[in-house]
Amino acid sequence: MRTLVILGSGTAGTIAANKLRRRLPRDDWEITIVEQRGAHYYQPAFLFIPFGRYRPARARRSAARYLPKGVTRVKGEVERVDPESRKVSLVDEGEISYDYLIIATGTSPYPDETPGMADDWHGAVHSFYEYDDAVALREAIAHFDGGRLVVHITEMPIKCPVAPLEFALLADDHFRRRGIRDKVEITFVTPLDGAFTKPIASATFGTLLEDRGISLEPDFMIERVDPEGHRIVSYDEREVPYDLLVTIPLNRGEAFVGRSGLGDELDFVTVDKGTLRHTQYDTIFAIGDAANVPTSKAGAVAHFEMDMFPEQFARMVEGDEPTETFDGHATCFIESGGRKAMLIDFNYATEPLRGVFPLPAIGPMPLLKESRLNHLGKLGFEWAYWWMLLPGRPLPLPGRMSMKGKKEEK
Amino acid sequence: MTTTTVIGREIHVDAEGFLTEYDEWDEELGAELAVQIGIEMTDEHWSLVRFLRADYAETGKTATTRRVATVGGVPVKQQFELFPKKPGKKMAYIAGLPKPAGCV
Repeated sequence: MRTLVILGSGTAGTIAANKLRRRLPRDDWEITIVEQRGAHYYQPAFLFIPFGRYRPARARRSAARYLPKGVTRVKGEVERVDPESRKVSLVDEGEISYDYLIIATGTSPYPDETPGMADDWHGAVHSFYEYDDAVALREAIAHFDGGRLVVHITEMPIKCPVAPLEFALLADDHFRRRGIRDKVEITFVTPLDGAFTKPIASATFGTLLEDRGISLEPDFMIERVDPEGHRIVSYDEREVPYDLLVTIPLNRGEAFVGRSGLGDELDFVTVDKGTLRHTQYDTIFAIGDAANVPTSKAGAVAHFEMDMFPEQFARMVEGDEPTETFDGHATCFIESGGRKAMLIDFNYATEPLRGVFPLPAIGPMPLLKESRLNHLGKLGFEWAYWWMLLPGRPLPLPGRMSMKGKKEEK
Repeated sequence: MTTTTVIGREIHVDAEGFLTEYDEWDEELGAELAVQIGIEMTDEHWSLVRFLRADYAETGKTATTRRVATVGGVPVKQQFELFPKKPGKKMAYIAGLPKPAGCV
């Protein structure tokens, strides 16, 4: 009997548990999943909760409900992994031995890593990357009647890199609907040199911000938040004042990754970007946001990884060479306000392009262009997330990125 | 991918002028790239550039300012003093490495 231990029951861990339980013979493989949180959150909702467009309770469900039978569930927080003796120790009690380990513990925001940021948390400084933060921000937005709203990214990489941009666009939409847009000054502050990371998308998003009267403050590397003076200060001594700061704090992997010597300087697990196998230890893999692969940290990436991974995992543990590698495929809907959304599709090698998705010429969804259909696609995705994606049922989306229907441009 | 000529040598660069071939670089070329972006190189500058080169050889990725701080031991504030405004990009440019891709 061999033992596979999966750490984390978020999007990546849950899909992996479902698919691998079906793939690996029960008389040969025991699977244990360590749940660090009892709840499973529909994280795309965190963007809508602050604007009163989504009932918070609906975003939270029991993680156990989406895990398959035949998987042992353990509740606990991981203290350390010992890759030599192949053991996971938990904070409160116990050790779990493994033959193979899959780390799927994601990424979390760390406001206390930036001086001053945590001092006025849920005062004039907010975020929406955790459930409690999104709920607290809903109150702050509801009571915001004018002034300077600053939407800010601390450092890349962050989970769902388009979310801050969406937040700025939805804020514009929200204050317009309330009839007070002229009283609100919105600034988008980013450490990147433009609105997004990839050139063509960055230009498109830049125009989008300009059209909505949102100012852009690029190349801003934050040194500290001044909670009394209500301003953020960069290393090169630029200052941006705020009345309400909505920040995306530094994103890191789980601290146990660093303690166990398995990660990079941000505690993301160092893996081969094609096989998702640890660069040093054959028996360890990392999937989803927890891995340091150079693509977006997003649910779509976890989903596409799980198209190739279960089969390749089953091969690699038998000592066979993988026949397919992960291409870094990511797809994101970008809610742009006015009940419209954009869609981008890209991978390690190809940046987001214009065109249609998923079928050439037919689409029906336009890429890198606002449309009502993309907005409906984003809303409709929620059902697919709970009922198709998490259980690992096939979705009509190709795992590997395709160039079909896309226009290459210079 | 395009090529350009610096100190009489043909080098491969991307659209923003970052070198794309690791092996086309040496310190003579680095010195000229520094002149182009107005950086006067001191020993401190060189030690950072050498760290970036060695780290890239090991990891296959250009170190971010955070990595230069935590692994290379030079605080971000000091990186800004040595390479004003955009230390991550300027260090990578001089070291002949791809633009740091903390950006996905």
